[in-house]
Amino acid sequence: MGVAASDGKAEPVPDVVKAIPVRHPWRWVSAVTVALVAAWILKGMLGVVDPSTIRRYQLNGLIMKGLLLTVEISVLAQVIGIVLGVILAVMRLSKNPVTSTSAWIYIWLFRGTPVLVQLLFWFAAVPLAFKTFSIGIPFTNVIFYEEPMAQFMTPFVVALLGLGLNEGAYMAEIVRAGILSVDDGQVEAAQALGMTPVLTMRRIVLPQAMRVIIPPTGNEFISMLKTSSLASVVLLEELLRNAQGIYQTNLKNLELLIVASIWYLVLTTVASVGQYYLERRFARGAARELPQTPVQRLRRNLTFRRRAQVEE
Amino acid sequence: MPGSQPLVRAETVHKRFGLLPVLKGITMEVERGEVMVIIGPSGSGKSTFLRCINHLEKIDAGRIWVDGVLVGYREANGRIHELREREVAARRAEIGMVFQRFNLFPHMTALENVTSAPVWVKGMRRDEAGALARELLETVGLGDKLRAYPSQLSGGQQQRVAIARALAMDPKLMLFDEPTSALDPELVGDVLDVMKDLARQGMTMVVVTHEMGFAREVGDKLAFMDGGVVVEHGPPRDVLGAPRHERTRSFLSKVL
Ligand SMILES: Nc1ncnc2c1ncn2[C@@H]1O[C@H](COP(=O)(O)OP(=O)(O)OP(=O)(O)O)[C@@H](O)[C@H]1O
Ligand SMILES: [Mg+2]
Repeated sequence: MGVAASDGKAEPVPDVVKAIPVRHPWRWVSAVTVALVAAWILKGMLGVVDPSTIRRYQLNGLIMKGLLLTVEISVLAQVIGIVLGVILAVMRLSKNPVTSTSAWIYIWLFRGTPVLVQLLFWFAAVPLAFKTFSIGIPFTNVIFYEEPMAQFMTPFVVALLGLGLNEGAYMAEIVRAGILSVDDGQVEAAQALGMTPVLTMRRIVLPQAMRVIIPPTGNEFISMLKTSSLASVVLLEELLRNAQGIYQTNLKNLELLIVASIWYLVLTTVASVGQYYLERRFARGAARELPQTPVQRLRRNLTFRRRAQVEE
Repeated sequence: MPGSQPLVRAETVHKRFGLLPVLKGITMEVERGEVMVIIGPSGSGKSTFLRCINHLEKIDAGRIWVDGVLVGYREANGRIHELREREVAARRAEIGMVFQRFNLFPHMTALENVTSAPVWVKGMRRDEAGALARELLETVGLGDKLRAYPSQLSGGQQQRVAIARALAMDPKLMLFDEPTSALDPELVGDVLDVMKDLARQGMTMVVVTHEMGFAREVGDKLAFMDGGVVVEHGPPRDVLGAPRHERTRSFLSKVL
């Protein structure tokens, strides 16, 4: 077979393909199976769970307070984790062996032990080890501010410390992978232009590392929203603890756990949407054209349809 | 006295990577306004030498001066002191470099690529840097691509942005490391034209290239490197037309 030359003219379009689409009978079978199983589970649930209780407590004041605290503690702990993560990642990549080893030990320690244990540790050990919280010059008697530790170590601070310090270790590995993903040529070009290492890291490397850092950070935050429920054991009155507080008096355990679960689902869903838009923003320059967001696609479809109707 | 001496002076520069000696005593002078072309087989140390000139690589022995100032070190009381990162950076800011693989910042538009260094390194006002960048991009023929990201530009366009980016720092010396080697043949001409214009305006340039036509037309001097040494140097016409060394001859017979 040879090549057909068309003298630079476009060939006429041959018959458009009109094929009968492939049938998928098994899709229908599996759909029916799933529907049956779901109906069976729902029926079983309705036997033991009272939906009206769920509805009554979904917007309960105590639940809403817990929800707010869950959001607060998750956001703050994640912020601490990100800041710590960036610092630790840069430290680990440092040429100074003392700096990189310290970071390595930190990550080893905090990733290697359960968060729950770490939370309980801060809760119990900190007030014992340091009787007071003070701001002053170390190893001297100069003190600017002092407070008994038990008071300063409110559940909120314990939870923030426990969750944030732990998150820092995970974020460090994520940020490090992001930094390593940036082409060496970028650093070289920045340095050749006279940028200092700090400037190069901040303006050239980290913004590009973001593309690799954002998706797993989104997952970390979604995970944090749920992990924050562990703070209930250090007496933080977040969503789960307040739900527990309610069912300890009214004994509606299942209903209140479902109430809490619904809120956790709402939070993680919102976080996922946020993650999607963040990823888009940091994909700038990587793809030739950004894909449209679902909202943009919807709007385009609607205008198309409207225009089509007008033309009809 | 600066002004009377060569802009670049390298004296018996040695460099090794681990146990592998890559530069074995390079001595070279580039006068102000001159174009020095370096040719040589792959692995002969051309890129390494170029990177030593702006201290992207540390040299193991010898000295390099740019504009009468020692590169990467300070001489005081007969002893050599290493410079701080900040001081090294300040000196690099006066030397432009263009890479084989462009190395544009992909998260910035063409305009931002060119304005970034003047603003962040020199503290130039943003509007001033913007006007300068616009002008430079116009002179390299990319006045209509200001808002394009590197991924939306062809290789030749990217390389011209990279040249504009280096020029925005108002360098006294430009280093080119095989600026056209990664380009499709039909895009090479545009980049070479920009470089020719630059040479004509009196920019001092050190150019590693395989473009013999460019070397002959624009080069004031040409050095042939092989195995970490300069085997032969002189006016491009002489070296390319009547090479004195066997190694030069056999290299040229392969590339011409
Ligand atoms: N960072 C490095 N670490 C170890 N070896 C290196 C490094 N950079 C370069 N080399 C080695 O040094 C030698 C010279 O490399 P260089 O890049 O200077 O050659 P070149 O003349 O520019 O070659 P080309 O024409 O292929 O670009 C090569 O053998 C290379 O493998
Ligand atoms: Mg090279």
